[in-house]
Amino acid sequence: MRPDTPKSPNAPQPNQYKQDPRFKTAHKEAWIGVALAIFNFIWWFGFAYGLGGRPVEEYTYILGLPDWFFWSCVVGFILMSLITVVLAKFVLTDMPLDDDPAYHPNPPNFHDQKGPNS
Amino acid sequence: MNIGVLIPLILFLIAIFAIGFIASKQMGSGGSFLQDYFLGGRELGGFVLAMTMVATYGSASSFLGGPGTAYTVGFGWALLAMTQVVTGYFVLLVLGKKFAILSRRYDAVTMIDFLKARYNSPAVAILSAIAIIVFLFSAMTAQWVGGGRLIESLTGLSYTSALFIFAISVLVYVTIGGFRAVALTDAVQGAIMIVGTLILLIGVIIAGGGIPAIMQDLLNENPRLVTPFGADGSLTAAYVSSFWILVGVGVVGLPQMVIRTMSYKSSRAMHRALAIGTIVTGFIMLNMHLIGIFARPVLPGIEVGDKVIPLIALEVLPPWLAGIVLAAPMAAIMSTVDSLLLLVSSAIVKDVYLNFIKPDAPEKRVKMLSFGITGVLGIIVFLLALQPPDLLIFLNLFAFGGLEAAFIWPIVLGLYWKHGNKYGALLSMLTGIGSYIAIHFYNQEYGNLLGVHTVTLPVVLSLLAYLIGSLAVKREPFQF
Repeated sequence: MRPDTPKSPNAPQPNQYKQDPRFKTAHKEAWIGVALAIFNFIWWFGFAYGLGGRPVEEYTYILGLPDWFFWSCVVGFILMSLITVVLAKFVLTDMPLDDDPAYHPNPPNFHDQKGPNS
Repeated sequence: MNIGVLIPLILFLIAIFAIGFIASKQMGSGGSFLQDYFLGGRELGGFVLAMTMVATYGSASSFLGGPGTAYTVGFGWALLAMTQVVTGYFVLLVLGKKFAILSRRYDAVTMIDFLKARYNSPAVAILSAIAIIVFLFSAMTAQWVGGGRLIESLTGLSYTSALFIFAISVLVYVTIGGFRAVALTDAVQGAIMIVGTLILLIGVIIAGGGIPAIMQDLLNENPRLVTPFGADGSLTAAYVSSFWILVGVGVVGLPQMVIRTMSYKSSRAMHRALAIGTIVTGFIMLNMHLIGIFARPVLPGIEVGDKVIPLIALEVLPPWLAGIVLAAPMAAIMSTVDSLLLLVSSAIVKDVYLNFIKPDAPEKRVKMLSFGITGVLGIIVFLLALQPPDLLIFLNLFAFGGLEAAFIWPIVLGLYWKHGNKYGALLSMLTGIGSYIAIHFYNQEYGNLLGVHTVTLPVVLSLLAYLIGSLAVKREPFQF
């Protein structure tokens, strides 16, 4: 921990007895993760065994792949990708992760090797 | 052996070395050495975070074993592999911001630091450290054997020299570069996996005369290859679905994944990693397993599953391109062992030495020790991988399922349930590991209990154990 810096007099003090307000959002987002996994499972299972349970002669082929596999795994994967992109862009909340950012200033050359998109 | 295949592989190794050196130069630019070496200073951006999660998790089995099984079993195995798409978003969303915030608040550098702060119990810390060291050490050795075998089959070198090349490459960049080197090389390795997968898929489809033709060949050979039930009809819905626990949601309990969810720079990095991780995981899993299936009509009669991908690459691609593509499984193996190596080393230095032996060790000593232990561990693994002892192979069987059963509830419920306490955590870990080993033997003897994968019941039992332990002994809500 660094010694106090001039701009931190009003920094919020972590309160031991009240829930961190950020946790409410964090809890909600964790439930989104659980809900998404359940939805993903139902989609995957439903198409795989719903369509795939028929006799092989009745299968149709989409882009050359058996229909059950196409809907369950190919469309399922594309759908989940789209959902996570929407989540990342519009749903999840941006928040500071440090308790008191004023105590953890980023040293100057800390950021010189970010990923290409960050 | 073909020189054309070797050149891209050698270039790949040189690039990986270079990244290790660059990462080691950046170390010590701020923060403490431990944070830097074992956690990359918590500064991973979205892209690197996503790639290091995918690459660490995508091991030899995703690139060699999995597609090899798909070759034998057909679409049923690809269906099973797609349960892994969930890991791309589940681990990050469920541990999520609360874990990131708390691990910063507790100044946690390892998963055990978090457990220790949350449960305030040396017993929990010791038991976790033992589990991590024993199981991950065994898992790491098994992966090294895989890496050695792959180089052996590609170059025609003897197994010993192949393993030596593999060991030196991994050791150098992990020892000097730490977590940052691991994460950065993972990003490069992940990119190689994506490109390699795509090239090989196109090559196989062309060699097979288009997907409809391949499908017709499969139908002529055995119609069950295109059903979800496997070539011999033995893949049941219950068995395949239970893989949602082993390779999907249960991954939340694996230390090598947990450590990554506390290493990112900001919540924005996490959001980005969530989407990139899902897309990359799904892309690699879908395409690698399709390659395995499509390889069947192109190159029939391969007996050893692990050889399907190397053989098909050499068959359908020009040598230099095959070299690039075959760097992908090598990247997958390397990026798994490098994180395991660092994790075992952090468990020894941080969780055992600094916690219990010498909490006030000076920074310089810690530094020497971290480099030293990482290097020595690597050498021990190399020696063991030359001739893996039975015990190691035996322990490796339990590594991932056992760790998931042990840690999933102490981590997840410890994070979200204030009534969880050390009694629950201890009982849950012991129940998880114990029942996993017991059910493993039962399943070997009598076939899968209730028709599901071995890991399923231990995860349920360890949940019950956690609830009973937490509620029965002493109920005291935890202040986060």
